[in-house]
Amino acid sequence: MGDMNQQMLEKYRNNFLHEVEEKVDDGHWVKMCMQCGVCAGSCTFGPDWEHTPQKIFMMIRAGKREEVLSSHSMWLCTSCYNCMVRCPRKLPITHIMHGLASYAHRLNLAPKNQPTRDFSLIFWDNCTRTGRVNELRMTISVYFREGFVSGIKKMWTLRNIGRGLFFAKRLNPMELFVNHGCKDKDGLRRALKKADEIEARRRGYAVQPRGYST
Amino acid sequence: MADIKTAAYVCKGCGIGERVDTAQMAKVATKEGKMHLAREHDFLCSAAGVQSIREDIDKEGVTHVVIAACSRRAKTEAFDFPGIALARANIREGVIWARPDTEEARETTQEMADDYLRMGCGELKKMKLAQGNPQTGHAKRLLVVGGGISGLTAALEASRTGYQVVLVEKSARLGGWAAEIYRRMPFREPYAEPQDTGMDELIREVSGDANIKVITNAVIAKTDGAPGQFKVEISVESGASLTEEIGAIIQATGFSTYDIAKLPELGGGKSPNVIDQATLERLAKEAAGKGQPIRRPSDGGEVKSVVFVQCAGQRDETGKHLSYCSGFCCGASIKQAMYFKDVYPAVDTAIIYDDLRVPGNGEDFYRSAQNKGVTFTKGKVTSVEARGDACEVRFRDLILDEDALAAADLVVLATGQVPNSGVNIDIPAEETEKMEVKPVSILNLAYRQGKDMPQLAHGFTDSHFICFPYETRRTGIYSAGPVRRPMDMAQASEDATGATLKAIQAMENAELGRAAHPRSGDLSYPIVQLDGCTQCKRCTVECPFGAIDEDEKTYPVFNESRCRRCGTCMGACPVRVISFENYSCDTVGAQIKAVDVPDEFSEKPRILVLACENDAYPAIDMAGMQKNCYSAFVRVIPVRCLGSVNTIWITDALSAGFDGIMMLGCKHGDDYQCHFVKGSELASVRMSKIDDTLKQLSLEVDRVISHEVAITDMGRVPQLINDYAAKINEIGMSPLKGFA
Repeated sequence: MGDMNQQMLEKYRNNFLHEVEEKVDDGHWVKMCMQCGVCAGSCTFGPDWEHTPQKIFMMIRAGKREEVLSSHSMWLCTSCYNCMVRCPRKLPITHIMHGLASYAHRLNLAPKNQPTRDFSLIFWDNCTRTGRVNELRMTISVYFREGFVSGIKKMWTLRNIGRGLFFAKRLNPMELFVNHGCKDKDGLRRALKKADEIEARRRGYAVQPRGYST
Repeated sequence: MADIKTAAYVCKGCGIGERVDTAQMAKVATKEGKMHLAREHDFLCSAAGVQSIREDIDKEGVTHVVIAACSRRAKTEAFDFPGIALARANIREGVIWARPDTEEARETTQEMADDYLRMGCGELKKMKLAQGNPQTGHAKRLLVVGGGISGLTAALEASRTGYQVVLVEKSARLGGWAAEIYRRMPFREPYAEPQDTGMDELIREVSGDANIKVITNAVIAKTDGAPGQFKVEISVESGASLTEEIGAIIQATGFSTYDIAKLPELGGGKSPNVIDQATLERLAKEAAGKGQPIRRPSDGGEVKSVVFVQCAGQRDETGKHLSYCSGFCCGASIKQAMYFKDVYPAVDTAIIYDDLRVPGNGEDFYRSAQNKGVTFTKGKVTSVEARGDACEVRFRDLILDEDALAAADLVVLATGQVPNSGVNIDIPAEETEKMEVKPVSILNLAYRQGKDMPQLAHGFTDSHFICFPYETRRTGIYSAGPVRRPMDMAQASEDATGATLKAIQAMENAELGRAAHPRSGDLSYPIVQLDGCTQCKRCTVECPFGAIDEDEKTYPVFNESRCRRCGTCMGACPVRVISFENYSCDTVGAQIKAVDVPDEFSEKPRILVLACENDAYPAIDMAGMQKNCYSAFVRVIPVRCLGSVNTIWITDALSAGFDGIMMLGCKHGDDYQCHFVKGSELASVRMSKIDDTLKQLSLEVDRVISHEVAITDMGRVPQLINDYAAKINEIGMSPLKGFA
């Protein structure tokens, strides 16, 4: 993956905007931003994050590649779509933010141990394996993400909720051992592989299955 | 006066009949107003009502009519009797609608109505029928000064409307700046690509037009006369001179570019690779002629990156450069960035702006440039330095809030437009003499007030900017294009078309002896009794329109066709020798004297309101329409402009026993709203001196006050009136009652 970053650096040299246009989902919209700041003002996260969409777009134009791709901002987006609804230039801001996050992940430049990133990977891994989300396993993976002790602590704090879920028949301990899944798991895998290939072809990536790495 | 037969008509419609005793009013008209006839009618503005007035005119020989009904601003079509002098008493908006419908208010409401009718009768008897200015000229040719896009458009539009045009251009060729540029900003759908200027076509059309006489290499040596009768001497470079009879003039002398040598901090004059927009147009035109891309001026090298610096020497707060925004330059830079992107998309083009201003449909053009990959950076450029054949642009990125650096082969400074306005007539001649570069007059007017049109702000030629942009303070002379305010080509064409239509109206009105805007069509004109004149020069100095010259003996010479009928001269005249047939010291004085002023012990004060008919009077009318009630003690008299208020009216009112006088006029100062530009300002200067007079009469200074009122003040005006009525109540009744 580091190689890919190197390749992209060489290919686009100083023109990060061009790189975003070609490589990032909806990246061709970035140049249409008119810097009005409505997105920044509309964001539910408000002043709490590092770079507002307005700033991210300006940084892209200013060629701040490292800073953009290693920013936490795209990972904090809650997909509330407020910015997208309000943008006077009709930019799909939420989608661009997701696209940037995905690209940063692909280049392995995204922030390490970023909770949203980790969660996304665990979720993807979990659901693409059988075509169904195994909630128990996923919860455990997320809780124990930062080590055994912290996992136990988290489970302990949420024990009452767990019990409640169990009695309401919303949590099946057997799931720990038995996966339920969709009907044609192989078909699903083939579909995902095909999608990866198509994306790789369109964006000019080397074909790599998503998710399982890092 | 033997021929005068007066008649009063009292309308009972719109609720007037229920609220006031119209029979009593009719009695007032005959007994006190001394009208020959007085009639009541249930619905005066109906066909039958109007017919009854017509019959009296035809059969009874009525010549003067006073109508006690609605405001003079209403039903003007119905009450239109050509050849008849007409006065209106405002009983509807001014009395019944402005008063509460209660038993207690009944008496004072009736008094109000009676007084307005008395005032109308008083005014009517002093009125003469306006006959129209006899000093008319019949010239219908339009003079256009300047052969740029504004001038050419003006000439062509006038010709198409059927008028003859003389077009004078100082240089050897037509087209001005517009002919020097490569492409113009789009002015039609889809507003996406730079377009051909169309100037060759326009020049060809004007040159081939039989109605248009084009004189190049020529300037105006002298302009004398008035609308419809200007005599203009044109001197040609070859030494020839010719005189033309002209009806109206359009000054379209355009602009000069701000000199980039004045911007060394932005690299102006320091490197051949730092240029202004006009120079880039020339480079683009040359390059296109050769079928090549634009080259770097210093060495003819390839241009790989261009930085456009917006607001270069504009919107400057230090006082060193232009303080205003020229409005066209953001669009021009967008267009010029496309010159590069369209030929070779890999060229980096960055526009560094503070606020991107693309008026009209420019937003689409902006979007189109973004689509083409022009980079827009919100920032403020601090310096441009040449490094060999390249330039370094340092700027503050205003979004990321940090200093940044951009390298460029070519830097284009968006400098502004400086108007070619001629002489600033407000600067005394002695100071002009001392100037290094002496300003050259454009029109060389033989007017007492100066050789050129007055300037408004930042050296731009006059325009009634807020309300009537084409109007200037020189009747029949219009400014069009960037000489009036900064603008682009599309705006200049539109501006020129508008000014042309205005100029045509001015010529036509002048021929018929009628006023031009804003009293368009008014047939009255100033009449002066020179045998009483003391040659004090107040009228000649104060006339906002430079209409009054002086003869050898320093008597005023009225140029009626230049007059706008505001009456400022009448207000200025200390010996009251200036009047209009239907508006004079006497017509207003008679209204003041007609008011029935109760004695000191009645607890009924009387307040005179002199209200500007353009804004304050409609505001009072609208207050009535909205049933915003006000004190029954006021008597409102509309005046043409506060500038026409003669101090004799104040004296008349105070000696008649009025307890207070309110003057309501338009806002004055830099962002004036006065229709006659200077009228309300002059009034405020005159009234600032009235305090001393009041003190000499041992009267309180609050007995005369003035307020600035806008037409939208229908909520505020009643409040002002009521507050003032309370104030009068506080200071007590006038001690001058009962002496008149």
